[in-house]
Amino acid sequence: MWEHCGIARSKESLEEGLRKIPKLREEFWQNLRVTGETDHLNQSLEHAGRVADFMDFGELMCQDALVREESCGCHLREEYQTEENEAKRNDEDFAFVSVFEHKGEGVAPELTKEPLEFEAFPLATRNYKS
Amino acid sequence: MKIKIHIWRQESPKAKGAMESHELDGVTDDMSFLEMLDTLNEQLNDQGKVPIAFDHDCREGVCGSCSMVIDGQAHGPKGETTTCQLYMRSFEDGADIYVEPFRAAAFPVLRDLVVDRSAFDRIIEAGGYISNHSGPKPEPNSIPIEPEVQETALDAASCIGCGACVAACPNGSAMLFTSAKVSHLGLMPQGQTERYDRVEAMVNQMEEEGFGSCRNYAECEAQCPKGISIAFIGRLNSDYLKSQLVKADDPRGKMHAQ
Repeated sequence: MWEHCGIARSKESLEEGLRKIPKLREEFWQNLRVTGETDHLNQSLEHAGRVADFMDFGELMCQDALVREESCGCHLREEYQTEENEAKRNDEDFAFVSVFEHKGEGVAPELTKEPLEFEAFPLATRNYKS
Repeated sequence: MKIKIHIWRQESPKAKGAMESHELDGVTDDMSFLEMLDTLNEQLNDQGKVPIAFDHDCREGVCGSCSMVIDGQAHGPKGETTTCQLYMRSFEDGADIYVEPFRAAAFPVLRDLVVDRSAFDRIIEAGGYISNHSGPKPEPNSIPIEPEVQETALDAASCIGCGACVAACPNGSAMLFTSAKVSHLGLMPQGQTERYDRVEAMVNQMEEEGFGSCRNYAECEAQCPKGISIAFIGRLNSDYLKSQLVKADDPRGKMHAQ
């Protein structure tokens, strides 16, 4: 995730991440050793459960970052920068919150767009330079 | 550096526990004690053994999860430091380090170093909160509070509920914990209305859980990672005595209309 969906991410890195995660997940479910027994407190099992969640969550993060073809907040897509290397937003196409719905194993999640509407204040870009 | 860890292993609450020894190489000065245990667990995993169970969460000294007695002291040898913020530079190369769970009748061992500290939750449930409307005007949130009172309340509120006081006490007493909770609420204007009911309920719950009594050893203060003073135990005793002698006047005033 650090390499492929890190602070700066690109179409290329995200797609590479999305190719790797299913393989990692496959390996996780096929080649996992959890020590300990079922009858007592087992922290290894607890940790394994978390890693299982991280596989799905990491994949979804990559998918979300790939869809959002703009730079916004802490999502910096390398392709979308201003001339001064600041984040370049695209409010026309991406002023929405992405909601992904799980559609089952191996099926791509369904994206629902919840539009962002600004009533009290107009949408603007913050400037940290002056 | 290379160390030798002697650590308590206990499979379940009813199982018989025993100390187990492991050598660990490649320990660095800047590893925290918990990172050292993580490294040891990786080594155990590689050997096909069951890793050591221990509680941990924030790893920045505020959550109160990490709980172990290191070389005879709760949270180890460094004063006012939780286990997660204790670094291996506090130990000599080649050191023998003894690690045990917090031991007290009211804290049964669940596994290895993990103990059940839910007795603390039940003490809080008994009265560690403010549930009432706090009375007539002026609104208590707007009452100026003297800096000394603020600071004292804040000192009490710095208790992270880890249970080191119980582990340190020869009697397994929870007086420092309970007194810190009673004091930080009882010092504030918002906490006055329930002050005496609170102390009575929390002390009763503390005794029901099987914690021992305070005999002023002050080991709790010495081993508390937040350095909470036993002066708060004096405050607890004072409030508890008052709650038993007289039912304090309701600070909201008399409501007799006649």
